[in-house]
Amino acid sequence: MFAKQLTVFIENRSGRLSEVLGVLKQNNVNILSLSLADTTEFGLLRLIVDNAALGKEKLTESGFSSLLSNVSIIQIPHKVGSLQELLKVIDDNGINIEYMYGLSIESEEAYVVLKASDIAKVDEILTDNGIKTISCDDLASL
Amino acid sequence: MIWNETKECMSRDQMTALQSARLVKLVDYVYHNVEFYRKKMQAIDLMPGDIKSIEDIVKLPFTTKDDLRDNYPFGLFAVPNSEIVRIHASSGTTGKATVVGYTRYDLDIWAECVARCMTMAGVGKDDIIQIAYGYGLFTGGLGAHGGAEKIGATVVPMSTGNSKKLTTMMVDFGATAIACTPSYLLHISEVLESEGLLDQIKLKSAICGAEPWTEKMHREIETKLNIKAFDIYGLSEIMGPGVACDCEFHRGLHVCEDHFYPEVLDTKTLTPLADGETGELAFTTLTKEGIPLIRYRTKDLTSIDHSTCECGRTSARISRFKGRVDDMLIIRGVNVFPSQVEAALVEVDMVTPHYMMIVDRVNNLDTLEVQVEMDPRYYTDEIRVIESLTKKIAHVIQQALGLSAKVKIVEPQTLVRSEGKAVHVIDKRKLY
Ligand SMILES: [Zn+2]
Repeated sequence: MFAKQLTVFIENRSGRLSEVLGVLKQNNVNILSLSLADTTEFGLLRLIVDNAALGKEKLTESGFSSLLSNVSIIQIPHKVGSLQELLKVIDDNGINIEYMYGLSIESEEAYVVLKASDIAKVDEILTDNGIKTISCDDLASL
Repeated sequence: MIWNETKECMSRDQMTALQSARLVKLVDYVYHNVEFYRKKMQAIDLMPGDIKSIEDIVKLPFTTKDDLRDNYPFGLFAVPNSEIVRIHASSGTTGKATVVGYTRYDLDIWAECVARCMTMAGVGKDDIIQIAYGYGLFTGGLGAHGGAEKIGATVVPMSTGNSKKLTTMMVDFGATAIACTPSYLLHISEVLESEGLLDQIKLKSAICGAEPWTEKMHREIETKLNIKAFDIYGLSEIMGPGVACDCEFHRGLHVCEDHFYPEVLDTKTLTPLADGETGELAFTTLTKEGIPLIRYRTKDLTSIDHSTCECGRTSARISRFKGRVDDMLIIRGVNVFPSQVEAALVEVDMVTPHYMMIVDRVNNLDTLEVQVEMDPRYYTDEIRVIESLTKKIAHVIQQALGLSAKVKIVEPQTLVRSEGKAVHVIDKRKLY
């Protein structure tokens, strides 16, 4: 299962990040997880939200460049070593991970957002290995 | 000291007579040797015999950079290649170079003019001069070199690019003069300062040109290095450096008027203006053999003064430039047109045609930043895609301009879209 991630391109100027978050807040778009990848010139704000399509629409209206893309939200046990075990499964299949960021919600389970070079293959591998992936809605309802 | 007192100090009447005689000869020469001029004159029913004195110059057609480009490479040459001994070239609007050719006589005249400038700047045969303009297709290096050799100075052909070697040799050789761009000289002064060498140099004079510079830079150079700095002007189409130079009184640049006839034209009507009025500078090459040009429009804005200078020279003086007629920029001595950037960006799929060039001067070196907007169809969630796009744009711009630029991807709709003529340049250098 894939989840929709909302990515926003932000120039590194003061207040820009806050403006993006302001647009989402005004439209009641709830942020479930985020990562900010930045260089000296610009940043990419990657968001998992409860309504990515609405978020994109509203950001575009406000003049931001944003993109919806497919990522995997993977459930792993909330314990030492589980992330490495997950990566081993992916590595063993020769898949390249583009980026990854995490969130933990419950005491029992943790979640990582992962984007790989071949996300369909990753999904297949995860299913074969009995690793659970969830949607944004699933995440929102936790 | 005056290099050629006969020519530089002749009375205005004598000068006018000399210019008249040379113009008559020139018009006859181009009519019979350059098809471009023959056709242009025939089109307006003008025969060589109609030009009897320098006042008749207004009857002659203008020449522009476009004419040189349209006749690329040798179309405007008046002599066969067997007579051409040197080629120089500078970049043009569409990447096609502007090519000029010199006969042996042209090179002699060039050296003569530069010799006058060097002498004006107090440089003579006892001096050791470092030529730190680029040597090559650019006229700066070889042009200054020829003049410096002519006056008998000890010439050190440094070229550009190695500040450390330049400062080391400046100290070790006891160099007393330097010829380079003003911004490069300021950079050199900082290198000297940071290496603690400022009190070990023997420098007296600097002959700076190839780019506009402010009075403030002039003072800064003189104070920092404790030298006298002089402004040398030229353009490859006319000859190269040495068309004009300022003397110790800095009341405008003395034009080598017996070889290059200057006119300042009203920018709208293109009629010659009176002394003191600002307009576009045009030159007619009175003695050139290789590529003689008639009323060549330089696009530089200036005013002219024909009164005798305190230095004793009677040659006309053009004021420090007040700007450019078109949108050409000079960055690190390189001619840059915004249209070149525009054309380069077309080669890159992932960006919109909107761009902004920001020119600045940081630590006395010109910087160019090009801002572009990404095409919404290519938005990405991966940093490396944007970084490789940035690299690709920097590469195509480097190819187009021959100049490295910092590329910055900006958010959509952030670049100014003005009605009518779009603004594509922010020049923060305040050179005029
Ligand atoms: Zn003078």
